[in-house]
Amino acid sequence: MSQSGKPTGLFKNLSAKIAAVPMVLTALVVFVGCSVWTIVYSFTNSRLLPSTKWVGLDQYERLWGTRRWLISIENLAIYGILMLILALVLGFLLAALIDQKIRFEDGFRTIFLYPYALSFIVTGLVWQWLLNPEFGIQHAVRSLGFETFTFDPLYNTNTVLYGVLIAGLWHTSGLVMCLMLAGLRGIDEDVWKATKIDGIPAWKTYLLVVIPMMRPVFITTLVLITSAIIKLYDLVIAQTGGGPGLASEVPAKFVFDMMFVSQNLAQGFAASSMMLVAVIVVIIPWAYLEFGGKKHG
Amino acid sequence: MADVTANMQRPSPAHASGPKPRRAFSRNNIVIYGILVVLAVYYLLPFYVMLMTSLKGLPEIRMGSIFAPPMEITFEPWVKAWSTVCTGLNCDGLSRGFWNSIKITVPSVFFSIAVASVNGYALSMWRFKGANVFFTILIIGAFIPYQVMIYPIVILLREIGLYGDLGGLVLVHTIFGMPILTLLFRNYFSSVPEELFKAARVDGARFWTIYLKIMLPMAVPIFVVAVILQTTAIWNDFLFGVIFTRPDNYPMTVQLNNIVNSVTGVKEYNVNMAATLLSGVVPLTIYFLSGKLFVRGIAAGAVKG
Repeated sequence: MSQSGKPTGLFKNLSAKIAAVPMVLTALVVFVGCSVWTIVYSFTNSRLLPSTKWVGLDQYERLWGTRRWLISIENLAIYGILMLILALVLGFLLAALIDQKIRFEDGFRTIFLYPYALSFIVTGLVWQWLLNPEFGIQHAVRSLGFETFTFDPLYNTNTVLYGVLIAGLWHTSGLVMCLMLAGLRGIDEDVWKATKIDGIPAWKTYLLVVIPMMRPVFITTLVLITSAIIKLYDLVIAQTGGGPGLASEVPAKFVFDMMFVSQNLAQGFAASSMMLVAVIVVIIPWAYLEFGGKKHG
Repeated sequence: MADVTANMQRPSPAHASGPKPRRAFSRNNIVIYGILVVLAVYYLLPFYVMLMTSLKGLPEIRMGSIFAPPMEITFEPWVKAWSTVCTGLNCDGLSRGFWNSIKITVPSVFFSIAVASVNGYALSMWRFKGANVFFTILIIGAFIPYQVMIYPIVILLREIGLYGDLGGLVLVHTIFGMPILTLLFRNYFSSVPEELFKAARVDGARFWTIYLKIMLPMAVPIFVVAVILQTTAIWNDFLFGVIFTRPDNYPMTVQLNNIVNSVTGVKEYNVNMAATLLSGVVPLTIYFLSGKLFVRGIAAGAVKG
């Protein structure tokens, strides 16, 4: 924006610069400063308090030799991959169904999206109750006469993640539906006319024409869900507390416990730095695709 | 829904009103409605079960099915959850958490939006050298896991004497709300005609005058979207609440989790479900009242302009 005036240099645009002080401080002190601080201290032997004794990569070696961390990583990978696939499929399915000029469109949309307004704590607690084997779904089906029916994912180390997944999907798929619906509504109706004239069935049009056209929406959704998955914490705390045993531990919980419970700061720093690396691996290719070629307003 | 695409400052297609035309009654339609209804059950069931459980007495819960409506409706679990259930040291129910959450949410929403709207305004109309660098850092920062920054923030807050204080938590919410809100406001103010800004400048108006007298009144709809977005997010926060407040200042989410997942005493499932519903009341009310604006907030937050 051009300036009408006399002041130059540092004092040019002074009010705007003063107004931007909180933003500059947040960007530099919190986002850059605090992240760098944590990474630097992950190379020390800090325990109860931050210490400056340099130990090189020791903390990382220990971290990758810790069973709980390995389980956390594995859990997050399984949960994350399934969550991504299922949330995209379910979200797209919901959007495509709602996009069929149906009646009560607003009603259905409201129903599918309301869980997203609730907290992960509420989500986790409700599904903990529904999946309670003594009183929940299992009990209800058994009392209908199916005496051997078993559905207690939260009490079984092999299936607890799927129990968390059901709740996570319930919470997040409405958001995906919203994004997908916006994408579908942005597609030129001529596309539909053209494929109809050519006699191509609707499902094929979706698969071969519409979905490729919606690539930007899919990528944005993917990035959003992935960065949310990496932060997965509240849901596990509320629904399973990481149990049974270590079966539903996740990295975010590992970090929290190391920092604030077991007073093993540097392990927490190392683990959180690994989380940052994971996010960077996701974000950089996306940022390159999204902002690399073209310039956005 | 059509307004979602329209509001992302993308060229809005004139035919955004609907997809391909189809016949009114067909086998397809039956399949579509069938699937939609089945899926709707999956989404509604938890809410239904919460409500039913919260209206039953404990003996009835032990005897019957969670899906059965209560034979005898009782509001006692609600009363107990609100005013007498114990969490850790005190036994004054979720009401304490509710008021804490109000005390946290109101100033956090106010300050985060005040700061971010000024940011967005400065970034779109008063671009100074390096402004875009800070904005880029801010947007990248939105993706950094909180765990990476949380411990140094604890130290910083302790240094300035705000650790454990409600003020500290408000500051943290203001900081972490900044990326998404700044983006929201920057995109909005970028769409304001430049002539308007220039005319005000010619008339001698300055930074704050233009913001307060011209931009603020114009931006009311986007402020509403921001309030919806932030109130829901801050009310539902758990992690920051645990880390940055003391137990007697715990927000509702933290208190709720402590009530339900406490290992001592008899599990009162009806009280637990009443408490869970109580914590959901504020965001759900916002959701149902705001309707399309809620969706707009999500879309605006999700899609980079």
